[in-house]
Amino acid sequence: MSENILEMRQITKEFPGVKALDEVTFKVSKAEIHCLVGENGAGKSTLMKVLSGVYPYGTYTGDIVFEEEVQNFGHIKDSERAGIAIIYQELALIPEMSIYENIYLGNEIKKNGLIDWNEAIIKSHELLKKVGLSDHPDVLIKELGVGKQQLIEIAKALSKDVKLLILDEPTAALNEDDSENLLNILKDLRNEGITSVLITHKLNEVMEVADTITVLRDGQTIKSLDCNTENVTEDDIVKLMVGRELTNRYPERTPELGEVMMEVKNWSVYSPMDSQKVVIDDSNIHVRKGEIIGISGLMGAGRTEFAMSIFGKSFGSRIVGELYLKGKKIDLNSPKEAIEAGLSYLTEDRKEKGLILIQDVKQNISISSLKSMTDKGVINDNEEIKHANYYKDAMRIKTPNIEVKVMNLSGGNQQKVALSKWLLTDPDVLIVDEPTRGIDVGAKYEIYTIMNKFVAEGKSVIMISSELPEILGMSDRVYVMNEGKIVAELSGKDMNQETIMKYAIGQGGNEHGKQS
Amino acid sequence: MENSHKTNASTNEEKVASFTLLSNLFRANIRQYGMFIALFVIMIIFNILTEGTFISSRNLTNLYLQTGYIAVLAVGMVLVIVAGHIDLSVGSVAAFTGAIAAILQVKMGLPTIPTILLTMAVGCMIGMWQGYWIAFRGVPAFIVSLASMLMFRGAVIGITKGQTIGPFNESFNKISVGYLADIANMGNFHLLSVLIGIIAIGLYIVLELKKRKTRVSYGFDILPKSFFAGKLLLVSSLIMSFILSMALYKGIPYTVIIVVLLVGLYTFITNKTPIGRHVYAIGGNLEAARLSGINTKKTLFAVFTSMGALAALSGIVYSARLNSAAPSAGNLFELDAIAASFIGGASANGGIGSVVGAIIGALVMASINNGMSLMNMDISYQYMIKGLVLLLAVWFDISTRNKSK
Repeated sequence: MSENILEMRQITKEFPGVKALDEVTFKVSKAEIHCLVGENGAGKSTLMKVLSGVYPYGTYTGDIVFEEEVQNFGHIKDSERAGIAIIYQELALIPEMSIYENIYLGNEIKKNGLIDWNEAIIKSHELLKKVGLSDHPDVLIKELGVGKQQLIEIAKALSKDVKLLILDEPTAALNEDDSENLLNILKDLRNEGITSVLITHKLNEVMEVADTITVLRDGQTIKSLDCNTENVTEDDIVKLMVGRELTNRYPERTPELGEVMMEVKNWSVYSPMDSQKVVIDDSNIHVRKGEIIGISGLMGAGRTEFAMSIFGKSFGSRIVGELYLKGKKIDLNSPKEAIEAGLSYLTEDRKEKGLILIQDVKQNISISSLKSMTDKGVINDNEEIKHANYYKDAMRIKTPNIEVKVMNLSGGNQQKVALSKWLLTDPDVLIVDEPTRGIDVGAKYEIYTIMNKFVAEGKSVIMISSELPEILGMSDRVYVMNEGKIVAELSGKDMNQETIMKYAIGQGGNEHGKQS
Repeated sequence: MENSHKTNASTNEEKVASFTLLSNLFRANIRQYGMFIALFVIMIIFNILTEGTFISSRNLTNLYLQTGYIAVLAVGMVLVIVAGHIDLSVGSVAAFTGAIAAILQVKMGLPTIPTILLTMAVGCMIGMWQGYWIAFRGVPAFIVSLASMLMFRGAVIGITKGQTIGPFNESFNKISVGYLADIANMGNFHLLSVLIGIIAIGLYIVLELKKRKTRVSYGFDILPKSFFAGKLLLVSSLIMSFILSMALYKGIPYTVIIVVLLVGLYTFITNKTPIGRHVYAIGGNLEAARLSGINTKKTLFAVFTSMGALAALSGIVYSARLNSAAPSAGNLFELDAIAASFIGGASANGGIGSVVGAIIGALVMASINNGMSLMNMDISYQYMIKGLVLLLAVWFDISTRNKSK
């Protein structure tokens, strides 16, 4: 075994109520390509944030040993200085600046206190050659495609004498040629002695480039596989990624399915940035009365965009397709119309898009139902208080009273406030997007119970979730999305972690439950 | 905590408890208290510096009249700021609409009521114009209102041809120089004003008691009895001193009545109607508000339309006070109105602010203007001090916000 450039020993990182990393050990050898895989929320990004100093020394326990020295990174700058560079999925380039300006941004070459742009341009040339680009350093970033931009990021890292390059889902937004190119560059860099850690969901890429694979699951290291000595298959990895015991974390429910409540037909959505780009591609789903359906898929598969486009076209520039509610074709042009028609959408990000944190519990619960509480246009305070108090008790929102600002509540209680808001609008279809993200087990169970009670009244729930156990534990039927498309509809014995994961990573083929 | 010193300890504890309660209350409401304290301190300082002239009923009445046109603007501005925007055009719009009123009445001979209504309609349309660009076309309010600031300053010079237009009819002039007639002639004591004050205090106490009762029945936090009584006493005496400061001179001016009615109306709208709540929701979290089913564009459009109408009302009050419309009118009104809103506790990030606060803020700004004029301070210092006050007010907002996080 060659020597290790990096050893992360027994890293534990806790957030309020959640243990994101639990004694994770992660070893990377010099000059290898090391793939870090795992489900969404397995702890990959958290681990990399610990490594890069985004979560500074002292906020985690355990040791980071880089180049045989224990490191106490207090800031991202510290890890950069040590030779670690992270390239995130969202690129940190400035579109209006040129390639060389971006490469040397924050790291300018100075002569007598002034920036030496000539030197920067000359050096940029060399760096671009290393990453296989022949563009002139003068070209503006905005004129380059995402694939090239990704390579510029690598060039930028190289300009800082990087020893360990970490790439977080670098190919998620790339087409096949660009992905292939990027992976080849990584191989070239490996031959020059630069180590890469690659976080990716695309297992075919992992198989292609990995020297070592480490699988994380639920904040723990499951296994490290040496691809050069062992014979590793994609199936092995999938099993390691999802193979956990399902315990009884979901309340019992006997589904009583009625007729079709809502149906989405041939639904295509175009990007708000680029009206030619298809974000959701010709997708179909339906949900029955009394049914909970799950929508599974990896991050970036388009699940949130799909849900928001249904919810009053709150996402997308152009939408093609038909929406039926209780057998009637409807056209919803704003969230307001969607709510009036009987739809609710619990947002994925409750702080940014769901709640008004500076307002109190009462105001957050009533905001979507104020009309029903008015008497000749005047809000009836008593009605408002009554409703808010009802949900405080029914949902067991832990707050001294309903006049407490929502920002002072815990995540789970905030989520209950957001759910209360929607239940108060008395919807027929409740779309919930990552309903239990970042909340503790107890509150999760309560939210599941609320969902079950809701469908028991003959209503419907559409649940988007990245947690496979949750999808399996709660749904009657599961749709799987991959790259903007519903690629499978699974029920019965097809509804298992391995099958869902296979479709989610685009390896499903055609043999299973093709769409009806 | 110890049992052996029970009696001693418990009284001490009570003292400590009531002290912590008081300091908690103070910290939680520092924005609201802050502006009252600021107003109080400023008044005392000017009273000392002017050797008692500042707090005389004559000067105070004058102060209220000077506050009038800024207060009208501040009522609209605070909503604009709560919605997360800004309006730099209000000074120019007030000047423009004031000139419209002058042309309608002085040049075209329209009676007072139609003049007022038409002028307000023009203000509404100007507000709609701005609201259209901001809400439906997505141009930042800063830019739209900056453009309007220039456009309407140009327009006012154009329609007045650079001349002062006046005088207005007596009835128009009375808006800003008239007082409520008294029911009895008692010399320098305006009986009707005092009666109105007593009624207002009575209403206030009844409403507060009712509110307290409902809060108790819902199990909300309430002030301890002694604090509650203290608060009633304090506010009642504030209302009475406000009334007396006018009753001992000529009584309540019409301008004050306009402002009080406006404050009542807008406080009602912001607290009791869906659209008022929507404005706060939009400023608090635009995306969450949109996804909660609020028509954010329409709401924003309404906010700017109201601002336009109030700018026109401000223009009417101001030109009535001068009894003429001048091309240079309304200069830097936007500064006073914006500063009034921030001093009154509005947040620079939107979502927080109150109409009553803005009025107190307007009084602060007017006190500074009035006090410095009484002291015959050079105009250059007046500008500098007002600028500094605005800066400090926003800094205060930001620093208290960070602490509360």
